[in-house]
Amino acid sequence: MTPSVMPEAARKPSSGFDLKLYGPFLALAALIVLGTIVNPVFLSPGNIGNVLTRTAFIGIIAVGATFVITAGGIDLSVGSLAAFASGVMIVVMNALVGSMGAGLPVILVGVLVALGLGLAAGLVNGLLVTKGRMEAFIVTLGTMGIFRSLVTYIADGGTLSLNSEIRTIYRPVYYGGVFGISYPILAFAAVALVGALIMYRTRFGRHCAAIGSSEDVARYSAINVDRVKLLAFVLQGICVAIAVVIYVPRLGSASATTGLLWELEAIAAVIIGGTMLKGGYGRIWGTVVGAVMLTLIDNILNLTGAISVYLNGTIQGVIIIVAVLLQRGTVARR
Amino acid sequence: MAEPLLAAFGVTKSFGPVEVLHGVDFTVQRGEVHALVGENGAGKSTLMKILSGFHRPTSGAVRVDGRPMSFSGIGAAEASGVVLIHQEFNLAEHLTVEENIFLGRELRRGPFLDKRAMNERSRAILAELDCPVDPRARVRDLAVSERQMVEIAKAMSREVRVLIMDEPTAVLTGTESAVLFGLIRRLRDQGVGIVYTSHKLDEVRAITDRVTVLRDGHHIATRPTAELTEDGIAQLMVGRAISDLFPAKTPPAPDAPVVLEARGIDVPGWVRGAGFDLRRGEILGFAGLIGAGRTELAEGLLGLRRRTAGTLSRNGEPLRVRRLEDAVAAGIAYLTEDRKGKGLLLAKGLQPNLTLLALDRYGRVFVDERREAAALERAVTEFDIRVRTLDVPVGSLSGGNQQKLLLAKTMQVDPDILIVDEPTRGIDIGTKQQIYRFLHEFARRGGSVILISSEMPEIIGLSHRVVVMRSGVVTGVLEGDEVEEGEIVRYATGLKGRTVDGLKGFTPEGDAHDAVGHA
Repeated sequence: MTPSVMPEAARKPSSGFDLKLYGPFLALAALIVLGTIVNPVFLSPGNIGNVLTRTAFIGIIAVGATFVITAGGIDLSVGSLAAFASGVMIVVMNALVGSMGAGLPVILVGVLVALGLGLAAGLVNGLLVTKGRMEAFIVTLGTMGIFRSLVTYIADGGTLSLNSEIRTIYRPVYYGGVFGISYPILAFAAVALVGALIMYRTRFGRHCAAIGSSEDVARYSAINVDRVKLLAFVLQGICVAIAVVIYVPRLGSASATTGLLWELEAIAAVIIGGTMLKGGYGRIWGTVVGAVMLTLIDNILNLTGAISVYLNGTIQGVIIIVAVLLQRGTVARR
Repeated sequence: MAEPLLAAFGVTKSFGPVEVLHGVDFTVQRGEVHALVGENGAGKSTLMKILSGFHRPTSGAVRVDGRPMSFSGIGAAEASGVVLIHQEFNLAEHLTVEENIFLGRELRRGPFLDKRAMNERSRAILAELDCPVDPRARVRDLAVSERQMVEIAKAMSREVRVLIMDEPTAVLTGTESAVLFGLIRRLRDQGVGIVYTSHKLDEVRAITDRVTVLRDGHHIATRPTAELTEDGIAQLMVGRAISDLFPAKTPPAPDAPVVLEARGIDVPGWVRGAGFDLRRGEILGFAGLIGAGRTELAEGLLGLRRRTAGTLSRNGEPLRVRRLEDAVAAGIAYLTEDRKGKGLLLAKGLQPNLTLLALDRYGRVFVDERREAAALERAVTEFDIRVRTLDVPVGSLSGGNQQKLLLAKTMQVDPDILIVDEPTRGIDIGTKQQIYRFLHEFARRGGSVILISSEMPEIIGLSHRVVVMRSGVVTGVLEGDEVEEGEIVRYATGLKGRTVDGLKGFTPEGDAHDAVGHA
């Protein structure tokens, strides 16, 4: 048995072909074939790059969500947190332009603010769940409302816009790239790679899966259950912050509707990828595929005139349900 | 002989390419208690599942009253009056007793539930069973033995004709078992056929009429119980003579140092002022009735339960244990009594289960899966874990193999002190012997063992000294010739030793050895 960052591809199940293990990858392949048939433009580097760049926010958040869900939790606050962190980041940067001038230092401060907020929000969620002995669903339902209302308050019901000089400097972080690969894609790839390393190769990843399978067994195996869960929420918060850092230069604004329903899209990506919603079994590469699929559906509908783009949600919904149907009754091998 | 109530002819069962039952015959007559015995993995569970309609046999036939059994789901078998009571009960914990009894077949008046009728019927059935449980009580508030009564009541309410009981006494105390046996006899007299599995051969001798022995999926023998001795049954089960179930005791050296000292341990609601000394090379038994607080004492020591008072010293040095990690760091490992709920991740494979407790020993940042795999190979050999492939989920292993894996997992941290809680619960005699040998060897090589067990032969056969607890209090510490059943029972039931009420002046510094002095 060779250790691998991608165990689902490297490890052979004992008997026959495991649909659940390879399902998400097959579904992605099918979508790509479908896309190519529908419109040859689909496979052009420009279109693929565009799809992946737009996947990056949800994808990065979903990588964090994979840890929380694997550890038996759920985080509904990520979309609101993204909006709140974007708002605060914009306000702070705008406020600093006067004293520091429009330049890289201001952006760096903004990035640190976003990361700090993400970390703090993760700590709050995590501490309420662990020390407060509350259901993750309830805690994050609460913080979801709080963050959403805070950004609305800061924006006074309107839109917060980034100072135009800063925006010009910051813009390439979303629109630029190296060797034709955009920075969001690179960030997404880096987060996924680090996430996979943590999930599959470290004690923390193993502990998340153990806790999601059975908190009692984890506790009786000398695992600090509270600390692992707290760390999972913190990791999620940091992932949201990274997404914010590449999201803000895209539009240069934040409002009450920023990041709306991102939490559900992130959870959908995680579930389509084969991670079990009840915890105990997490798949980072599955999550990446899940996130890409969600954007691809949108893209393919845009490229074909045959089906209305308004039916996007229907198709996504069907795919989520099929993904869970395929998971049903099968047992994790890891 | 009359037409049997339930009969299986030449039943085989394969899972994938693996055949686990090879042409087994089995019959149950009206008013008969028929024991089904065999080692773990002998095929008892599979046969029971086939008899109760859970599994369809690969070949062969099952007949109820001469008619072929329908395998269209559990409901069909229940409709023909065959009910299986699982070892893990099948009750909705949040519902009341009566709701459970009528679950799925609620009595109605028009569109509404007829609660009064259900309550009356439940009361009548429970009274018939001599069961003091209130039908309105929630199942989650019941003791394990009471839950079992509810399971039986549920079966009774379904006009049961064949009752299949999987290890019913594994979780019962002696008194509770006696009540169960009375009940089984009454059911038998009413003409119910009973299939009874147990690893406790004295029970099999006491209450069954016939014994069928399975070994490795083969039908070995079916004989009237009266013709067999316990030893005879055990020999049929393992296919060889079982001698020396317990290895000869090797007492610790007279000057063996105390490696763990506990004083005045309080665990709220369970244990008051308990203390003991554990010496190097010693197996210290903890005896007592279920609920005496032995598990809670151990878990209190280990940081798994809240402890409100008490001190620990390890090799004479004060030891602080706030979490299980602290105990593990001090070389103390714990084997839980609840291997399915607290010991193993049933959906995961053997490898992650084996290393879960000791994962920090498999690499600093990244877990080295190659070393894990090597450790698993070693553990499988050392603990004789029998599996066909190593990547099956642990939940699919037999109880004995699960227990051996759990022991291997516990030993991954190389402890000096091993606290084992009911180490042989629900496992067969061959595996028991292996575990006894292991504990004996561990102590002989300088390890120390705390053995919590409700099986008296185990306590007596292995322990150098025995701490007896009653209602959360240490009532006595027995040594040498005192380690025998009568004496332990006298301390466990309060006939001898410190009485619980007499302990009001018990100080946290009180020494457990005093109890012996005063006895």
